[in-house]
Amino acid sequence: MGALPVSDYEPVIGLEIHVQLKTQTKMFCGCRVTFGDPPNTHTCPTCLGLPGALPVANRRAAHFGLMIGLALGSDIAERSLFHRKNYFYPDNPKAYQISQYDIPLCRGGQLGDVRIHRVHLEEDAAKLNHLGQSGRIHGAERSWVDFNRCGTPLVEIVTEPDIRSAEQAREWLIVLRETLRQLGVSDVNMDEGSLRCDANVSVRLGGTSELGTKTELKNMNSFRFLERGVRAEVERQVELLRDGRSVIQETLHFDPASGQLTPLRSKEEAHDYRYFPEPDLVPLVVSEQMVADAQADMPTELPTERAARFERELGLAAGRARELAFRAELGNYFERALAGDGESVDPVALANWIPQLVERIGSDADPADSKVSPESLAGLAAMVSAKQVSRDAAREVLTLLVQEGGDPRTIVEREGLTALSGESDGLDEVIERAIASDPDAAEQVRAGNLRAIGPLIGFVKRETKGRADGAEVTRLIREHLEA
Amino acid sequence: MLDRAQVLHVARLARLELTDPEIEQMAAELSKVLEHFEKIGELDLEGVPPTSHVVEVTDTLRPDEPEASLPAEVVLASAPEPLEGGFGVPSPGQPEE
Amino acid sequence: MTDLLDLTAAQAADRIRAGDLDPRELFEHYRSRAAADELNAFTWVADQAPSAPGDGRPLAGVPVAVKDLFCTQGVPSQAASKILEDYRPPYTATVVRNLAEAGAPLLAKTNQDEFAMGSSNENSAYGPVLNPWDRRRVPGGSSGGSAAAVAAGSAPWAIGTDTGGSIRQPAALCGVVGLKPTYGACSRYGMIAFASSLDQAGPLTRDVTDAALLLAHMVGRDRHDSTSVEFPGGIEAPRAERLDGIRLGVPEELTGSEGGVEPGVREQFDATLRRAEELGATIEPCRLPHAPHALSAYYLIAPAEASANLARFDGVRYGLRLGGEADLVSMYEQTRGRGFGPEVKRRIMLGTYALSSGYYDAYYGTAQKVRTKISEDFAAAFEQFDLLVTPTSPWTAFELGSKTDDPLAMYLNDFCTVPMSLAGIPAISIPCGLSQGLPVGFQLAGPAFSEARLLDAAFALERAIAFDGSTARV
Repeated sequence: MGALPVSDYEPVIGLEIHVQLKTQTKMFCGCRVTFGDPPNTHTCPTCLGLPGALPVANRRAAHFGLMIGLALGSDIAERSLFHRKNYFYPDNPKAYQISQYDIPLCRGGQLGDVRIHRVHLEEDAAKLNHLGQSGRIHGAERSWVDFNRCGTPLVEIVTEPDIRSAEQAREWLIVLRETLRQLGVSDVNMDEGSLRCDANVSVRLGGTSELGTKTELKNMNSFRFLERGVRAEVERQVELLRDGRSVIQETLHFDPASGQLTPLRSKEEAHDYRYFPEPDLVPLVVSEQMVADAQADMPTELPTERAARFERELGLAAGRARELAFRAELGNYFERALAGDGESVDPVALANWIPQLVERIGSDADPADSKVSPESLAGLAAMVSAKQVSRDAAREVLTLLVQEGGDPRTIVEREGLTALSGESDGLDEVIERAIASDPDAAEQVRAGNLRAIGPLIGFVKRETKGRADGAEVTRLIREHLEA
Repeated sequence: MLDRAQVLHVARLARLELTDPEIEQMAAELSKVLEHFEKIGELDLEGVPPTSHVVEVTDTLRPDEPEASLPAEVVLASAPEPLEGGFGVPSPGQPEE
Repeated sequence: MTDLLDLTAAQAADRIRAGDLDPRELFEHYRSRAAADELNAFTWVADQAPSAPGDGRPLAGVPVAVKDLFCTQGVPSQAASKILEDYRPPYTATVVRNLAEAGAPLLAKTNQDEFAMGSSNENSAYGPVLNPWDRRRVPGGSSGGSAAAVAAGSAPWAIGTDTGGSIRQPAALCGVVGLKPTYGACSRYGMIAFASSLDQAGPLTRDVTDAALLLAHMVGRDRHDSTSVEFPGGIEAPRAERLDGIRLGVPEELTGSEGGVEPGVREQFDATLRRAEELGATIEPCRLPHAPHALSAYYLIAPAEASANLARFDGVRYGLRLGGEADLVSMYEQTRGRGFGPEVKRRIMLGTYALSSGYYDAYYGTAQKVRTKISEDFAAAFEQFDLLVTPTSPWTAFELGSKTDDPLAMYLNDFCTVPMSLAGIPAISIPCGLSQGLPVGFQLAGPAFSEARLLDAAFALERAIAFDGSTARV
């Protein structure tokens, strides 16, 4: 059949994120926003959709929406409209959701590599619970509705389809979450549902610009599930296309238990939301004062700004800069290490040690909670730069620091890991023995085949227990061979 | 103008069960009414903004201050099927899109 | 006690304040008349006077009848629909609360067209209301119960709602005063919504003084209603005896043959214009070029908003539920299909269609543009005229069942009242005479927040007309 290789296909992914705002009260009424309280204890005529009830918009929710718009560099609408989005479902008490449609709060913007399409305000639905064996909707016998959550303020963020892999989706969502967390606008907790993410996925042949048919993936309520779900869907679509079949536009529901994506039963007609401007709410006018207030509440530096500064002022490579900036704990630790003790450590070198530390303490842990003080890490990095300890030996030292804490110099001395250099420490002697142990290799190196030097270096490293710096050893071996 | 299929489609959107005589009658009545209203389509409305709000009101945002909620017993007093502290309904069978 | 029956609400209030009348006696007088009502004007009547009669307050304890559409805590609020049969809300509408706090306790809930959709009160799930002037005829709608109750003397005064004429038209057909305020003047919180951008609460009373008195305690910004505004300057008792310097405009489009105005109505209307001139007003024709299209725009916008407002009646949280043992969609469809009456279903269908994909621009979108033009027409007219005048209804009260076969014919009832609703401007209907024994209504409309001038002009005319409504109060 001649199917094209999988690698010829390019995933095209956009994300739709719902963020529950950390306001005290709901979007359109004064009921408290809570989590975990007994059902239907935080409701009123408005969020229950009782006859005659009316919505009144929450000022702080608008404020948070503006902060999000500013953080994303979006264009903020001076005047945006609320619209009714009409559909029937038990968690939707008015049978319409108050949202925003063609005139949203914000348009455009960017975060990292991904452009933002729009940002708008809306209200959350109620919680639908299911009775039956598994508590899941499939196979449930009866359901019941708890309106505590109904009306919680939401900001919906829609990206452009700029994401090109499942990992990138996951990583970008992590940056967004960190940014929102630092803004203080949401708990952004995927387990509790204060951060929810759907994905729109399509694939196309690399180098083409037309968009393929996209599917919508829902209910991926963790970063891991997001990555898994997106990856699985990309694979599925690529297989379809390689088989000469087509992708159908549909919505797929991610089942965490099985890790599978299930297509929703196709309905007799697609949703016709019949949007029209919400007559019970006047247009949302954003004054200069409101923008100034939002600006004043912003943290001094957001993750993407910090990454840019690390690149620009400290000379870090883009990837490393992002790694340290997109997790506040890492960036904070790094900057403390850089500042401490007055020892001038090369930032790039120091930055390279943070991942080593993370590897040892676990990717969820905060380095500040570990036994390795920022000064110690800086000290260790400085020793390596000064060639006082080899890189390999330093890794051992770090492991010990994680276990016991303390000062790296003390550990180096105690373990006898001080670097070996040329004349003293007997390194020359070891190098001679290395050359003698493998005359073939030595001959090849002399002849110009530098790749053959490997076994000689290996011999030296073993004999010196890694205390000799690799580059230094290479230099000395060649020096000896040319002598 | 409105045939049976269209009536059924709209009735489904509005979640209204209609009997067969009702469907026929609805088709006839709606068609007649819509025909009469079609005349507005002949007006020159180029560049006319739609009225979405007839009165200009400003400063309607509410401060983020909690107000008393209704007690749960009061809320559930009107429930056709109180269940587990909430409102019981037939299961939708699959998640809402 | 025929003595009490002759008193307007303001006069009763004066007597109570003077110590000549016990508010409990007044309450009981009206309560028993309401309980004995044969016009089917009520859906609920209080079984006793309230413990605190409210005599120390501005409205002195004079009880008010409230349209079924308003939420009244613990008391049936059904919008005259089967889908809300015996529904008792956990809260009270702001305007009703305002009136109670001002000393006008709840006397009864009045019958109406279901969900305020109708012009004859024949669409109630609880049976039609009869016109006290002639029980073979309709009282008008949708606030037919309120109008009939006041006209028959079963309530001293009442409140209703007006979306396209639902206060003014029944007021005209029953020979009482009915006023639709500027949109936003009264809070809509607790008013079961029909068309959100059009609905307004307003008074139905025996005379203009009573209307002003009741309205004064209904208006005001409500923090529960984002579309409500503070009424600049408040509402005062009207005092004008003449209309000197008042420029009245007569829109040709609403008073000519296009609206189908009956000769008898035209005669009374013209007679009233002559009275206005005698009082010093100038009368000239004026144009509202888009007014002939107001009905079409209205019957696209109102049903569209209603289709969304009535979607919450789904059997999940309150009201009627049918088919709950079946699947979810069946429950929705049966509850709504059988819980709503035919006119309500018709308008939900119309509105859903007008908003649906592919039709929005042609129907709802276009209607909202026509609405803008109508507002502009009024604004232009008010540069030349202080008030515009029309017959309230093209005809007098028609016979029960005579228009129920033809929805379009029924919609034409609103021909003269709908334009003001679309523009959000205030309008009042006062009885101006009889045509073949049936009341004729005269409508005055003014710019937004011109209620003071409207009430004054209506007051002056009312004195000159000296309409006698006592024959309906048996």
